[in-house]
Amino acid sequence: MRRWVVILVVVVVLAVLGGWLWMAGQRADNVAIPEVGDLSAAALADPALVAQGAYLAAAGDCAGCHSVRGGPPYAGGRGIPTPFGTIPGPNLTPDPETGIGGWSFADFWRALHHGQRKDGQWLYPAFPFTSYTKVTPGDARAIFAYLHSLPAVRQETEAAKLSFPYNLRATLAVWRARYFQPGVFQPDAGQSAAWNRGAYLVQGLGHCNECHAPRNAWGATAGTWLSGGEIPRQDWYAPDLSMQANGGLQGWTTGDVVDLLKTGHAAKGAAFGPMADVVADSTQHLGHADLGAIATYLATLPPRQPRQAPRSAFNVKRIAAAGEKVYRQHCADCHGGDGRGVAGVYPPLDGNSAVTEPTGINAVRTVLLGGFPPVTAGNPRPYSMPPYAQQLDDSDVALVVSYIRQAWGNKASIVRPEQVGKYRHTPID
Amino acid sequence: MAAAFLAAAMTSVAFGQGTAAPPVPDTLQQRIAACTTCHGVHGEGTPGSKYFPRLAGKPAGYLARQIQNFQDGLRKYPPMEYTVRNLSPAYMHEIADYFSVQQVPYARSPVPPVTAAILQRGEQLARDGDPQRKVPACASCHGVELTGVEPAIPGLVGLPYDYISSQLGAWRTHTRAMRKPDCMAVIAGRLQESDITAVAAWLASRTLPAHVRPQPAGSVKPPLPCGVLEVLGAGA
Repeated sequence: MRRWVVILVVVVVLAVLGGWLWMAGQRADNVAIPEVGDLSAAALADPALVAQGAYLAAAGDCAGCHSVRGGPPYAGGRGIPTPFGTIPGPNLTPDPETGIGGWSFADFWRALHHGQRKDGQWLYPAFPFTSYTKVTPGDARAIFAYLHSLPAVRQETEAAKLSFPYNLRATLAVWRARYFQPGVFQPDAGQSAAWNRGAYLVQGLGHCNECHAPRNAWGATAGTWLSGGEIPRQDWYAPDLSMQANGGLQGWTTGDVVDLLKTGHAAKGAAFGPMADVVADSTQHLGHADLGAIATYLATLPPRQPRQAPRSAFNVKRIAAAGEKVYRQHCADCHGGDGRGVAGVYPPLDGNSAVTEPTGINAVRTVLLGGFPPVTAGNPRPYSMPPYAQQLDDSDVALVVSYIRQAWGNKASIVRPEQVGKYRHTPID
Repeated sequence: MAAAFLAAAMTSVAFGQGTAAPPVPDTLQQRIAACTTCHGVHGEGTPGSKYFPRLAGKPAGYLARQIQNFQDGLRKYPPMEYTVRNLSPAYMHEIADYFSVQQVPYARSPVPPVTAAILQRGEQLARDGDPQRKVPACASCHGVELTGVEPAIPGLVGLPYDYISSQLGAWRTHTRAMRKPDCMAVIAGRLQESDITAVAAWLASRTLPAHVRPQPAGSVKPPLPCGVLEVLGAGA
């Protein structure tokens, strides 16, 4: 008897869930998609359109996910790690069987704007269609023409490796109904042309918010726009991008933002970790007008609430004092006793959001890994930082990171040795 | 009054000079602190670490190729993959050239205690190979005195035991690879585990030859097809 009750409950739950999925799917499916028409072969081959597409594909950093290291660009293969499993970036070269050679522009537009594959399946939001939906049909045409101009590479895309129930694409219908708002970018008539261009690039192709915002348990960006967030599975923190009071880029000028995106370093900080890749592969190739536009837009992000370092049960002053000794020995020669660094060579640590971001992950990993800022046309032979993973134990790394998060004008929480050990063996991709 | 003012001004100048940070040297050595922390300022390696290999005096073509292989994911070692991931070809070659021309004394790394028989087996593999297992002698490619061959074959002298044995192991587990046909993967696959210990122990404990520079280009004829050598010129 009890067994039958259990079975009945399971059947009812499944029926309700199924109905909900179906309705959500209907809702997601009923969104009107702007009619974009198709592109003739002659239009596709237009060199000007292809060149424009190459520029826009760089702005979108498409190759970053759709190429594997050492492999042909855009031929897919790289696994994108997510908390739900690994999702490979597919082959975007015009191979008819393994790439998008058999796709019409309308098919491409459906994927970019609406997150839907040619066969009608929903795409996983590891592909940031949530941002790319803002891209105009004209820009999408140029990108499509560029991808079609690439040498066709025959390379099958591996299947996504996701755990149940995320491996059921039908569950995406629910996700989309809740978290996806399709729609091309609408300019704000009250703002300048530069602001609108910047907003379009940041919100659309740049897909900045995909990393620079918190994500909820369902993997959707949530919370305040561009307010910073931990990058799941990559173990880096993409900081807040507000340039106003209490923002992650407080004190930065628009010129500093342009410098960082163009050369990989600026008077206020340097790009490292995933942002070094973004600068190397994407933003350094953008023109000054577009980079200026991005900075113009970021400058209008609102001020943030002052952040209080959480109260700690530990003796913060004593930890910082012990950390200062480690700092004097290993860090002060380059970053200065005053934490101001050397302009154009070694980034300042005072007021640097890479140091003060909420988690401490970036400072811990930078101390452990050291490394080079991106090598760019504007900074072809950058100065580098030694890795300290071999020289400093977890306790010393925690002390020195706690110190730099507390020193000078910085007021961030201390980090504990356990937090350091966690990041000693993090993946690099 | 004027004298006091002048004295004060001079003091402040002196004070200013005394505390101003010295300018950062505009040298490659200063720029590549990320490399020299483990590999030594002149690429001499870090014998105390028992692992980090010497780079000084290795052929520049070999060193640049290794950076490229770390970038392309052919060689897997996360700290190196992270460090070199964004180096441009020009910067990579500049760094490789820097280490290739360094001349610093060799230091000996500790070698685990092994029997004379094991060392003898190691020497046999290095000098003569093992024809039964189709293992060519190390010397047939890496030079008579195992000091490498310009421009792309590395020397095997003065390397730590742990480094040599882990590299041979990495070729077997496909965490170190090179352009196909990958001759070293073939050779490592033909070695027994005990052979890896033997050859690594002999190489790491060997007395240095009088001349440690790589042999000239074209002075060896590799017994196996090697993709990486085809790219860089036959006999390289």
